[in-house]
Amino acid sequence: MSPVRLRTAPEIPGHRSPRRWRLADAVVPAFAGLAFLYLLVPVAYTVAFSFNDAGKSNLVWRGFTWDNWANPCGAPQVCKAFANSLQVGLLSTLVATVLGTLVAIALVRYRFRGRALANLLVFLPMSTPEVVLGAALLAQFLTLRVPLGFWTVVIAHVMFNVSFVVVTVKARVQSMDPRLEEAAADLYATPWQAFWRVTFPLLLPGILAAALLAFSLSFDDFIVTSFNSGPYTTFPKFVYVSATRGIPPQANVIGTAMFVLALAVVVGAQVVTAARRRATRTAAARPEGSAP
Amino acid sequence: MSLTMALVSPAQGADGGASEEVAARRRGRTGVGLLLPGAIYLVAFFAVPVLALLATSLYAPVPGGDVGQYLPALRWENYAAALGKFWPELLRSFWFALLATVAALVVGYPVAYVIAVRARGHRLLQGVLLVLVVAPFFTSFILRTIAWKQVLADDAFVVASLRWLHVLPDDGRLTATAFAVVAGLAYNFLPFMILPVYASLERLDVRMIEAGGDLYAGPFTTFRTVTLPLSMPGVVSGTLLTFIPAAGDYVSASLLGNPTTTTMIGQVIDSRFFRVLDYPTAAALSVVLMVVIALLVTAYVRRTGTEDLL
Amino acid sequence: MTAAPALELWGVRKEFGGQVAVDGVDLEVPEGSFFALLGPSGCGKTTTLRMVAGLEQPTAGAVSIGGRDVTGTPAHRRPVNTVFQSYALFPHLSVLQNVEFGLRRQRVPDARARALAGLQTVRLAHLADRRPAQLSGGQQQRIALARAIVNNPSVLLLDEPLGALDLALRRAMQLELKRIQAEAGLTFVHVTHDQEEAMTMADTVAVMNAGRIEQLGPPAELYELPRTPFVATFLGRSNLVAGTVVEGSGGVLGVEVAGARLQVPADRSAVSDGPVLLGVRPEKVRLSAQGEPPPSGSNVLGPGTVTDVSFTGVSTAYQVDLGALGVHEVFAQNTTGAPTSRPGDTVHLAWDVDFTFGLVPDAAAAS
Repeated sequence: MSPVRLRTAPEIPGHRSPRRWRLADAVVPAFAGLAFLYLLVPVAYTVAFSFNDAGKSNLVWRGFTWDNWANPCGAPQVCKAFANSLQVGLLSTLVATVLGTLVAIALVRYRFRGRALANLLVFLPMSTPEVVLGAALLAQFLTLRVPLGFWTVVIAHVMFNVSFVVVTVKARVQSMDPRLEEAAADLYATPWQAFWRVTFPLLLPGILAAALLAFSLSFDDFIVTSFNSGPYTTFPKFVYVSATRGIPPQANVIGTAMFVLALAVVVGAQVVTAARRRATRTAAARPEGSAP
Repeated sequence: MSLTMALVSPAQGADGGASEEVAARRRGRTGVGLLLPGAIYLVAFFAVPVLALLATSLYAPVPGGDVGQYLPALRWENYAAALGKFWPELLRSFWFALLATVAALVVGYPVAYVIAVRARGHRLLQGVLLVLVVAPFFTSFILRTIAWKQVLADDAFVVASLRWLHVLPDDGRLTATAFAVVAGLAYNFLPFMILPVYASLERLDVRMIEAGGDLYAGPFTTFRTVTLPLSMPGVVSGTLLTFIPAAGDYVSASLLGNPTTTTMIGQVIDSRFFRVLDYPTAAALSVVLMVVIALLVTAYVRRTGTEDLL
Repeated sequence: MTAAPALELWGVRKEFGGQVAVDGVDLEVPEGSFFALLGPSGCGKTTTLRMVAGLEQPTAGAVSIGGRDVTGTPAHRRPVNTVFQSYALFPHLSVLQNVEFGLRRQRVPDARARALAGLQTVRLAHLADRRPAQLSGGQQQRIALARAIVNNPSVLLLDEPLGALDLALRRAMQLELKRIQAEAGLTFVHVTHDQEEAMTMADTVAVMNAGRIEQLGPPAELYELPRTPFVATFLGRSNLVAGTVVEGSGGVLGVEVAGARLQVPADRSAVSDGPVLLGVRPEKVRLSAQGEPPPSGSNVLGPGTVTDVSFTGVSTAYQVDLGALGVHEVFAQNTTGAPTSRPGDTVHLAWDVDFTFGLVPDAAAAS
């Protein structure tokens, strides 16, 4: 048995030979590229046709113009429908976010009888097709002889949004260390102070995400709205109804503007998150003593 | 990217559960107080309306009354009549929804895989790709469906090329066909498929794929035995999030289909309610749709062993 | 001493859905002491601490702090503060805001100045504007400590505060905690599963097992004279052999162990007749080669076979197989330079009668 000893060997030569490129490696990304095309072609069409010199029907390309953008309210009812959608969206988002956040906290942090039932009550609206949600609520409004309009639309939108808010905020509450609330209590915070100074600020990103989701669901909803709106017109309803007669290009202008705005919000949020993450990393990397 | 995470379905919640076990949940009235407003709202505007729908589905016409006048009754024949008349539309809805779900899975899974696994470590690229996935959400889905109508129109590029390639006969068309309806459904719910699958693949440890290769599995075997099973929760919630709304949708069918061979149950419910004022039939069909979906979902979730998603 | 003890527990009991976590604990912690609750995970020590903090309500019994019954008082009205195991620093607040948090809630007028002074105490004043996520584990630990001590609590509770730190940092923090405790003159109640940490830091240690306090006392006393098999094996290591008391005279009990006759001072035995478990610490035992006469006043067991010799630097650990009496350990100081026995050697174990202790046999702990 020879003794074990240290050897000062050079690096093994040729070890880092690159892996051979294979066709199979490119197939999946290529396929995904086609899928992205599938996702984005209609969006591109919508944007492009906001610049169409449409005249009566916006189905065929007839030349480029800025006119639709210069005069977005040019077509009758477009801006009214858009404003209605904004109002319904904001109000229903506010109510659904408050209700849903409270339910999410209750479901994660508290123990009580009927929790399973409450979970089911939250889950069911999400697993029910919109046409059933719309029809059910309409059946109730008809039975109670409630006149259809702004308020019935808001009620309907809050109903389908609450569940989505609960699910979104719940994930955030679950990822929050319950010791933080205990630490607040340990440091003389009353339950009320603990909520506003610790729980709420930490849940805020989740609550904002939920509100954003609720707003976009409300703003884009057609089926439930069409059942419960009566004569009241929202933007999707306006587009659907005018589809048979020809959609004015101004609808594409508003659609495109909302698209750009939403994209800006999401990209902005990502940039801020990334910047914050980078700041955290560099600060943590700095040695302790070198800080001012 | 909190918005995309928000869209990711109920499955997301299951993850952070660890912290729950650390501190036992608090008891007491505060929890009930927090729950109550939301719960009352859902009871009043979801549970009770569903019961109202059930009641409406059993109404009987007022004898000698006008169109649209009904009396509370227990007329179970309404169901037999509704199903006898509209079973083709009902079956077609589930068939189309199934096709659209399969199509969305086939198209969406590679996208989710590329973002979550191939682009791992490139945060910027991942962010951009995710934004592209959710981007369609930010334009009205009715505008997008109409855009499809334009893309698939008889005189547009796609149909012309397919005719030239003899994939389509010279008088063949894509609009007003079942193909267009299913493609439209798959398209509309594609992000709902991609995001949950992405979320479960994102949590997948790449070392497990490497371990598959280390244990002499080829790429396809590794995918089938390691990657796919581990992403099953995402696949299940993605397929549910696609199938359920697709089965009840009527926008695609009415904008991209034709009045005879592509009518879906949503269109029937809509027209029974608003054109014919046949509330009992519309309600009965809604109840059937809801119950069948509930049964299918339960069976599916049992079968795939992902009950905890519910 | 007329002042009330800083902390008293009276028959405190806690059940979780029928499961008993804490099974009737009585305690009295004098003001200014460094008290450690030591036990394996799941023994109920953290639950006990949480009941003192007010984060858990006892099922039965009472808690009083500084002579005042606080059993029904919610956490935010108790004059105690906790250093949590996970630190539980508020991630959305700066280091300074974290330290100020408790002072602000109590509306202390010079909160900022006192918080800064607290940061000075832990020597991290230069990090006041950072976020907790930007700090290392050791720094976070000290911030958590500062956040608790600035409130000048009647009792400071530490829940495994060093558990997440690596070994070198843990040693440094042990000394730091002792220094701060001495300077601030606060009463510390420290929960840990690390027996070395408990013995290094605390002036009184309570060993907890299965919801009960098994033994309480200064670290040296617990070590030299354990009173239960659990304490004998959990706190340090022990060689234990089962026997029967056969004679008792002159303050010394004679015990028959597998044919051999051993002795134990009567005041070091929890048993005066019948079955007894005799024990000795491994470093008190000497190995003697065959034929070598043992010194008088010694207990001797053997012969046995050396099965393993492990060199650990300051000492050498021998495993000796005594056949029916099991495998025993001997720690020998490395004063001679080389191990005196090799695996396979036949040896006897010998130790001073005065180091022997007698315990009530407990089938579970003896094995």
